[in-house]
Amino acid sequence: MNRRQFFGGVAGLLTVSPSLRQSQDTLTEAGPAGKLWDPGRAGRPMEPTTAADTDAAIQAIEKRLKCTCGCGLDVYTCRTTDFTCPASPGLHRQVVALAAAGMSGDAIVADYVREHGVAMLMAPPARGFNLTAYFLPGVAILSVGIALVFAILRRTRRRQPVAASPATADGTAATAGELEQLRHELEHFRA
Amino acid sequence: MTLLGGLALWVACLLGVWGAVTGLLGGARGRADLIASSRHAVFALCGALLVAVVALEVALFRHDFNVEYVAAYTSRNLPTFYTWSALYAGQKGSLLFWATVLSLFAALAQILTAPRHRVYLPYVGAITCLVTTFFLSVMLFGGANPFERLAYTPLDGRGLNPQLQNPGMVFHPPMLYLGYISITIPFAFAMAALLSRRLEVDWLVAIRKWTLLSWLLLSIGICLGMWWAYVELGWGGYWAWDPVENASFLPWLTMTAFLHSVMIQEKRGMLKKWNLLLIIGSWLLSIFGTFLTRSGVIASVHSFTQSNVGYFFLGFLAIAGTLSFWLYARRLPELTAESTLESIVSREASFLFNNLLLVGIAFSILFGTLYPILSELVTGTKVTMGPPAFNRVNIPLGLALLLLTGIGPLIAWRRSSLPNLRRQFAVPITSGVMALLVLLVAGMRDPYPIMALSLGTLVLATVVQEFIRGVTARHRQYSEGWGLAFGRLIARNRRRYGGYIVHVGIVVLFVAFAGMAFKTETEATLRPGESATLKSPYGWTYTFTHLGISQYDALNRQVTAATVAVARDGRRLGVLSTEKRQHVDSRGQATFQPSTEVGIKSDLREDLYIVLAGVVNGTEQAVYRFTINPLVWWVWYGGLIVVLGGLVVMWPGGGAPAVRRAQAGYAVKLVAKESA
Repeated sequence: MNRRQFFGGVAGLLTVSPSLRQSQDTLTEAGPAGKLWDPGRAGRPMEPTTAADTDAAIQAIEKRLKCTCGCGLDVYTCRTTDFTCPASPGLHRQVVALAAAGMSGDAIVADYVREHGVAMLMAPPARGFNLTAYFLPGVAILSVGIALVFAILRRTRRRQPVAASPATADGTAATAGELEQLRHELEHFRA
Repeated sequence: MTLLGGLALWVACLLGVWGAVTGLLGGARGRADLIASSRHAVFALCGALLVAVVALEVALFRHDFNVEYVAAYTSRNLPTFYTWSALYAGQKGSLLFWATVLSLFAALAQILTAPRHRVYLPYVGAITCLVTTFFLSVMLFGGANPFERLAYTPLDGRGLNPQLQNPGMVFHPPMLYLGYISITIPFAFAMAALLSRRLEVDWLVAIRKWTLLSWLLLSIGICLGMWWAYVELGWGGYWAWDPVENASFLPWLTMTAFLHSVMIQEKRGMLKKWNLLLIIGSWLLSIFGTFLTRSGVIASVHSFTQSNVGYFFLGFLAIAGTLSFWLYARRLPELTAESTLESIVSREASFLFNNLLLVGIAFSILFGTLYPILSELVTGTKVTMGPPAFNRVNIPLGLALLLLTGIGPLIAWRRSSLPNLRRQFAVPITSGVMALLVLLVAGMRDPYPIMALSLGTLVLATVVQEFIRGVTARHRQYSEGWGLAFGRLIARNRRRYGGYIVHVGIVVLFVAFAGMAFKTETEATLRPGESATLKSPYGWTYTFTHLGISQYDALNRQVTAATVAVARDGRRLGVLSTEKRQHVDSRGQATFQPSTEVGIKSDLREDLYIVLAGVVNGTEQAVYRFTINPLVWWVWYGGLIVVLGGLVVMWPGGGAPAVRRAQAGYAVKLVAKESA
């Protein structure tokens, strides 16, 4: 191994995930789509994907809806992550059917809420008491911030006539009292 | 051994009570014999708990399935690596782990605290003993004894949850626990300062390393948790605003606020009340996090253990919070500031606003996490606060914080003059605006990524400017070479420049978060030899060719592995494998639902993330989800940089900070006199 290969290898180790696994045997003798030795090990049987499964509009709707299985994920994430979920494939089919029937995204979401309740939305609708969820933190921070600004300004204005001290090049300042104390301490030190 | 372990828990509990009583009495009355006894109790408590841990590990490795905990979390065919980590995989074991580590930290605090701060130690010992005793009480009286035996002995255990059989889970929980637990030491010192009425800066100096350690461990724990979620949960992301994730983030935010505001107290004698509140709040949030994880009061993908033990924590939280705030309120008159803010355009003011934002974000996340409960109480409807809701509230706050990260270091202490501001801000603001223009010209329109990248550039320019000025000054003043000047600049000002390194890490993290806005994904059903394509945000076309599926048995699982050849713009990149795993016990019985292992290929620009959803009709025709996640590695590198910066700040040596500050203070005043 020459130096270039060595450093190439080190760079590869640094940037390539360990989960990149190299070639594994395939069941070549089983044909293009041969039967698996034990299909039960491969999880729940799946249906082939359709165009609707990869439709961005369908995905966007499903990302607004919470899966009813109790996982806490949205329907899209659940059906493409937890392949043991008993609910999300059915909910997906429901969304696809409603979309195929010509319903808009908002109408599908409203229909879902009617059936499962508002708790099944990934974000509460921004109205009524829910406005506090969206605005209270920001308003609280802003209010405290404004109060802080006023408090600092009032305090600094009160102090200004007393201490009109010179500023150093980097912006730090010493008050007259501090300079006097320093002078006193230096004299004391010299003595 | 389990009998010994159980006995050790009882002995530890008694020692905890003894240590707390003698510590409090000894501290209050100044009795040396009681103080010494309390100190010995702290060490003995640690010893007893170590015996309990060894006893549980022995039971785990001996497969003593008569012990309920061993049967619930291990099996004969569980790899050794995970048998070891089963210690903290379940609730009972993690409580023991928590108590043991806390007692270890308490003993270290007794040993490592400098002699000038020993006056706090009786109270510190008492508080740590009290907290440890609480954990022991939960184990002994709350039905969480890890040495509890079954009425029968199963042939094999249930094994460890497949999602916990990941290297990330071996390191992530202990790191997070260590972060949570170590906050108890600063909290104990804060309580000691309040109890002993020694509220000057001493207690802050005593906890400096501990607060940094807690923050560092929490940072590592959170990053490892993100990595685990990314590689193990299979949804293609690393942060989902899950309640348990939020619970770990809350004390990190308040500790970060403390690490900034403590500088104001050390330099100017201000914010004494605030700093105490931050320490008390951080500790209470760490207990709150444990309550959330344990109680199951809010659904979480991270809650692997749920029981009514959580309500013990709620009770403890209420009592501890009430007592802490009562004591704090009693001492308020003694917590007066030694100086006041002189200008709104000062480093102190910028730190105040930084604290406001950090604590505000913590409040926002806490409020969002608890909002479903609040909503149910007020309106009768329990709503869901998912990622869309959290992102809507917290992304603008995060960006404001990023802006302050860039502004804060540019403003001088006490007050900044206009020429000074102009000189300091010219380069960073120009860089930020340039970045904004470049992104707009490049066609980027998504406001949040644009702002994150522009503000990130501003922060980076600030840090680079600070380094360049510092290195140049050393180069001129001491005629040092550039490399030496750079090294010494950091070594002599570890806190400042280590902090800047952390800021760089935060920028890298924000850039990574912005990258996820450009995530693309598709699903496809492929027969062997068939391909699917996916366009990357960089304009490349990736081709994924399904090679086939193999099935085999591994140590404790039956694996169905699908392999995919990956090519970018026609150029072969390699082969990725993604698996379905059915975990089994030593008799071949299925123990959990089948789990999915993702295939990931990473580089600095983007990650290819492949998930085997399943197969069609039991054939090799596979259903896949292909995802391209931009800039994910920047999350891990950003985390590494943050940790590196934290280590620089923490690194021992370099003289006592207080002395250096005093010298710097005199230098400033002398210059001021001359200019007058």
